Amino acid sequence: MCLGIPGRITELRDGPLRTGTVDFDGVTRTVCLACEPDAQVGDYVLVHVGFAISRIDEAEAHRTLEALRELGQLEEELGPERTDP
Amino acid sequence: MKHLTEYRDGALVRRVLDDITRESTRPAVLMEVCGGQTHSFVRSGLDRMLPETITLVHGPGCPVCVTPLEVVDRALALARRPEVIFTSFGDMLRVPGTDGDLFSVRAAGGDVRVVYSPLDAVTIAAENPDREVVFFAIGFETTAPANAMSVAEAKRQGLPNYSVLVSHACVPGAMRAILGDSHNRVQAFLAAGHVCAVMGYHEYPPIAREFEVPIVVTGFEPVDLAHGVLTAVRQLESGRAEVENAYGRVVSEVGNVEAQVLINEVFELGDRVWRGIGMIPASGLHLRDAYRDFDACARFDVGAVHSEESARCIAGEILQGRRKPTDCAAFGTECTPENPLGATMVSSEGACAAYYRYERGPVCAGRVP
Amino acid sequence: MSDTARSPDRTCPLPLPHHDRIVLGHGSGGRLTADLVDRLFKPRLENPVLREGDDAAVVPAGALAESGEVALSTDAHIVRPLFFPGGDIGRLSICGTVNDLAMVGARPAWIAAAFIIEEGFATEDLDRIVRSAAAAAREAGVTVIAGDTKVAERGAVDGLFITTTGVGLVPTGRRSARANRVEPGDAVLVSGPLGDHGIAVLAARGDLALQTTIESDTAPLNGLVEALYASGAAVHALRDPTRGGAAAALNELAGASGVCVVIEEERVPVRREVAAACEILGFDPLHVANEGRLLAFVPEADVDRTLAAFHAQPYGAAACRIGRVEATPAGRVLLETGIGGTRIVDMPSGELLPRIC
Repeated sequence: MCLGIPGRITELRDGPLRTGTVDFDGVTRTVCLACEPDAQVGDYVLVHVGFAISRIDEAEAHRTLEALRELGQLEEELGPERTDP
Repeated sequence: MKHLTEYRDGALVRRVLDDITRESTRPAVLMEVCGGQTHSFVRSGLDRMLPETITLVHGPGCPVCVTPLEVVDRALALARRPEVIFTSFGDMLRVPGTDGDLFSVRAAGGDVRVVYSPLDAVTIAAENPDREVVFFAIGFETTAPANAMSVAEAKRQGLPNYSVLVSHACVPGAMRAILGDSHNRVQAFLAAGHVCAVMGYHEYPPIAREFEVPIVVTGFEPVDLAHGVLTAVRQLESGRAEVENAYGRVVSEVGNVEAQVLINEVFELGDRVWRGIGMIPASGLHLRDAYRDFDACARFDVGAVHSEESARCIAGEILQGRRKPTDCAAFGTECTPENPLGATMVSSEGACAAYYRYERGPVCAGRVP
Repeated sequence: MSDTARSPDRTCPLPLPHHDRIVLGHGSGGRLTADLVDRLFKPRLENPVLREGDDAAVVPAGALAESGEVALSTDAHIVRPLFFPGGDIGRLSICGTVNDLAMVGARPAWIAAAFIIEEGFATEDLDRIVRSAAAAAREAGVTVIAGDTKVAERGAVDGLFITTTGVGLVPTGRRSARANRVEPGDAVLVSGPLGDHGIAVLAARGDLALQTTIESDTAPLNGLVEALYASGAAVHALRDPTRGGAAAALNELAGASGVCVVIEEERVPVRREVAAACEILGFDPLHVANEGRLLAFVPEADVDRTLAAFHAQPYGAAACRIGRVEATPAGRVLLETGIGGTRIVDMPSGELLPRIC
């Protein structure tokens, strides 16, 4: 259910219905931001059928990727050869 | 694409797969609830890269697949009316009713239009005050805020010519129905990440406890899916049955509270029929009385519709994870995406269509020098 | 699109008597039709054969006799909108037929074009379209030697349909490229990024309210094909992946040749904007249409010279290798995915529709 694509807010339009322009890697569209009242220009939102349903938590994204990248490293490398991001 | 491409990194997928293989010691049946996840597993080939201990069964989370035939027939009847502009997500146009599909209605002169967003349907209503605009409001919790907003907007703008044909489904009720079935095989769930983006996952701990089943909130890209599988395997291996979030960049425990308020403003929870499965208590959303004026079924008398399912289709069993598409005698022969017997072959995220498109027959692999 | 050179013996082709709009009389065969042809079509598409004005174009048989094979192709063009970023129906109608001829290894020579115009169509738009077709024909080095104009009642046609028929000549000694000549051991190459045309046209329609800078790739590819043959590569098969995209073209060739085509996802060139539009709409870029790209099948040993030949051409600058051909499973197209999995590449079933799931 449900394609959800991350895009970056480039413009906000306040009005009776909060909308904004969201850039998806060079393709832009007007998106309803009514359910993301705190989202600001530069934030990434997850968009489904022209509607932002979530704001991407960049710090959490970073933490998840780092944790996954460290998987199996103990087994692979007998030394503590960690690389910093 | 930022926040997408990183999660298609082949090296990272293999790293997670290595851990899954190392840690998975006993057979495990996992259900990915959402059809979008099924599609992504099969499209990336990830399902075939999992160790043999793990069996994936595909869940009922495809709104197209579970829309009852009777509702599709109602949509066809509405779309045939000369005063109606019938608007729909592209997914529903090919779904066969008892007598044709929306494409054939269009070919016969019906005004059927594909929209990307429900709010685009509201715009069409505003631009065509002398026509009736009906929107086919299907979906799970993910789509509910947008569909609810379209109704709220039509009300705010005072558009008397906008209405919706609602077929909304909710996941937790279906998960309970699957787990409570005596034929249930599912040992762990990969919960639908985008449903949880809206609803959060605070509804799941009682389910995990009651049925002793791990529930892992999971995203849609290969890395996300592998992460979800690994998290579920670790729980199964250590005998835990908890709710964990493997899609933290998008999903929080409480979900999107504004979206939940919007859904509750327009819709109320109720029983609903799932195509191929039957009635599931508290598993659908229906328009509240305050918005009854926007109910297309109340506005137009489409008469009695006579709906008849194919007797050869086993979609119900597939949607509940009891059987696989390839277990069906009609799969790929009598039933294809061009001539589907049931909805799981129609929707691009339906399990049968995903198997047909990406996995039928042998696949070879070698490398280009 | 550049302006058409005007023939010195003719006066300014515009304004037409009657008007800034096409009326039914422009298709009646009478004086209005003659005016339209003489003042709008002929000056734009100027050449000696067309100027003769006979019921049929007459060309010397010598060119045919000197060729190994003759190729004939016809193609009906409908597109909405008629003007889109990177092209219009005029350019499309010439390139479509030129490319069909080039894909068998023929040199496109002559084109016949039939215009079916909706009553009320803006004459200025028709003029732009004919100029654009003429420019594309000049670019491709083909002459439009025959034509027809009909006007259909308002509502009977969506603006303008153009059908073009072309004749091409396969030079003596050249082995034509054919759908059934793909062999195991061939490499699969593509002349540039995929999906530009389909996404550009879809965005231009405006229904989906997507803004992008993507332009259609509509272009004549016969220059690319000539360069390929000149490189000495053994050309087994060529195909322009139009409707149905690369997936349909590859499936057709795999089926016709009884081979397995294996594509590597990571090598398939797709512009980031096209990839993004596909993500938003739930499309597979391999299913999206192209109008200025070709797929080439050559033996492994000829890959380098093929790429060198392509890279020297304006429409082949981004050419690359995307896969290989194996013997089995025959008739299949497989994709090695970015994460190392394998799946089938299927034909798209019907119209591409944006999906929510």
